[in-house]
Amino acid sequence: MSCWQTIQDYGLRSLGIGERLLPRQDFTLCEQVTLIGSGLLWNIYFGALALLAGFFLATALAVGKGARNRAVRRGSEWFIFLFRGSPLFIQFFFAYFAFLSLKQLSPVFDAFTSAWLGALIVLFFNTAAYSGEIFYGALRSIPKGDVEAADAYGFSGWPRFRRIIWPTMLRLAWPAYTNEAIFLFHATTLVFFTGFPAWQQRGDALYYANYFADKTFNPFVPYPILAGYFILLTLVLLALFGLINRRLNRHLPQEARRPLKFRMNLIR
Amino acid sequence: MFSYCADPDTLSGLTWLSCYLTTGKHMSFYLSFGVVLLLLAITAPAALMFGFGGAAAARSRVWPVNWLGRGYIAIVRGVPDIAFFLFFVIALDQGFEWMRHQVLCPDWDQPIRQGNDFIVCAQAKLPQGNAAQWLHEVYGFFLAVLTFAIVFGAFAANVLFGAMRAVPRAQLETAEAYGMSRRQTFWRILVPQMWVYALPGLSNLWMVLIKATPLLFLLGVEDIVYWARELGGTANPRFTQYPHGDWRMWYFLALLVFYLGFTKVSEVVLERLMQKLTHGQATTGGEAQRKAAA
Repeated sequence: MSCWQTIQDYGLRSLGIGERLLPRQDFTLCEQVTLIGSGLLWNIYFGALALLAGFFLATALAVGKGARNRAVRRGSEWFIFLFRGSPLFIQFFFAYFAFLSLKQLSPVFDAFTSAWLGALIVLFFNTAAYSGEIFYGALRSIPKGDVEAADAYGFSGWPRFRRIIWPTMLRLAWPAYTNEAIFLFHATTLVFFTGFPAWQQRGDALYYANYFADKTFNPFVPYPILAGYFILLTLVLLALFGLINRRLNRHLPQEARRPLKFRMNLIR
Repeated sequence: MFSYCADPDTLSGLTWLSCYLTTGKHMSFYLSFGVVLLLLAITAPAALMFGFGGAAAARSRVWPVNWLGRGYIAIVRGVPDIAFFLFFVIALDQGFEWMRHQVLCPDWDQPIRQGNDFIVCAQAKLPQGNAAQWLHEVYGFFLAVLTFAIVFGAFAANVLFGAMRAVPRAQLETAEAYGMSRRQTFWRILVPQMWVYALPGLSNLWMVLIKATPLLFLLGVEDIVYWARELGGTANPRFTQYPHGDWRMWYFLALLVFYLGFTKVSEVVLERLMQKLTHGQATTGGEAQRKAAA
């Protein structure tokens, strides 16, 4: 079977399109690369949507944590502590079993027990909490002069936040936020190892890599392929976030702009 | 456990719960919390050693060593750590068996990889096929610890490498001016001073390490996640004296609370430690302490 044929059969296997049965023996390199790449679609799906939705909740949490209202402040603090203080792995397990129990009460929760929605929600809350803490730190280090200048120009309330505070917060938080984004994409690999079932063997990249490693008992081929894909994904993310960083800092003189440096921070 | 637990069918309410929570299986569950703590206690210093080695190698002037150190630090960036966990457990196991195979069975003529099998001679198997069950478990745990140490060693190397570069350059130049060799400068000047700069990063790493411990489950160790799934699942009255529905959600809630508590305690202790270390230092933190006292 030619490699082109394999790509046609398995290129979208993770979405359920193409050949139904996974290869069972005599695995070729092409099959491994194709299937693991097909699984990467799930990682991108989880990462992109959670990041996008998480961004807005994170902004709200950051503002909430800095709010004067005691109830709002406490609420945001607890949310952030809950999701930052416990392992994502356990959060997935807990959420899955909680959704399973809820499913017995009402069929509304049917969709939540499948990975595409249930795991997405956990990732969304998780990244919102981590980014919220980053944004909160940035909010507190906005230069006093900027806000005073805004006051002097007669800005207040929503316009002041939208035009002065929020952009400055993003500028300050952007390098750390880039790490968080990369980190989130790495965390998406946990999904199918935590109870959420890979329905009809539609799994993510690590799911397929693990499948091949189990079948061939040879970890030295599938995992490096997976690593290659993720390094590529990381580079693409870095480029994207670098572009946004350039736009955020476009008013600065050329020398003052610092290119984005990727500093790894770790597992959640 | 208690004398009234002899016939669980007659019990109800709190007494039933007290009997249920003290069955032999639950004792194994409680013991597995100890496994997690043991893992942390062994891994933290081991990872620190790996990290120190990596950071020292990355500073070396001999290029293969330098390249090795930098490669070690760089490789964990960009790749999900869970992939490393899954990879290293098999890779290390096969690596050890392969090495023993080379030493113990030099006249073995068949290939080691036959299709989907990895075949070494019987003497090279780890642990030996007839070994006791506990040996298998200890070996599994050892592999897990080594995997954790390698992965977290790379993170620690990253932190320590940064800390070494944060030590003021003038300190090292002074050492050179006094005629110290590179080795002496490293051990007498650089290493004692770098810890202050490394502590924030290392305490961060500790928090991350705590949160990585449930991944033990993926490495095949019977840890808290394993037991929570095992005990929480629906218990059929035919097989157990304590039948109940699907309680996995509550077991995982307990784990969640355990980790939250552990994180909180660590936060408080690390904050105390930081306060102690900054005392008298010429940093903003130390200055703030001095002003508060005055």
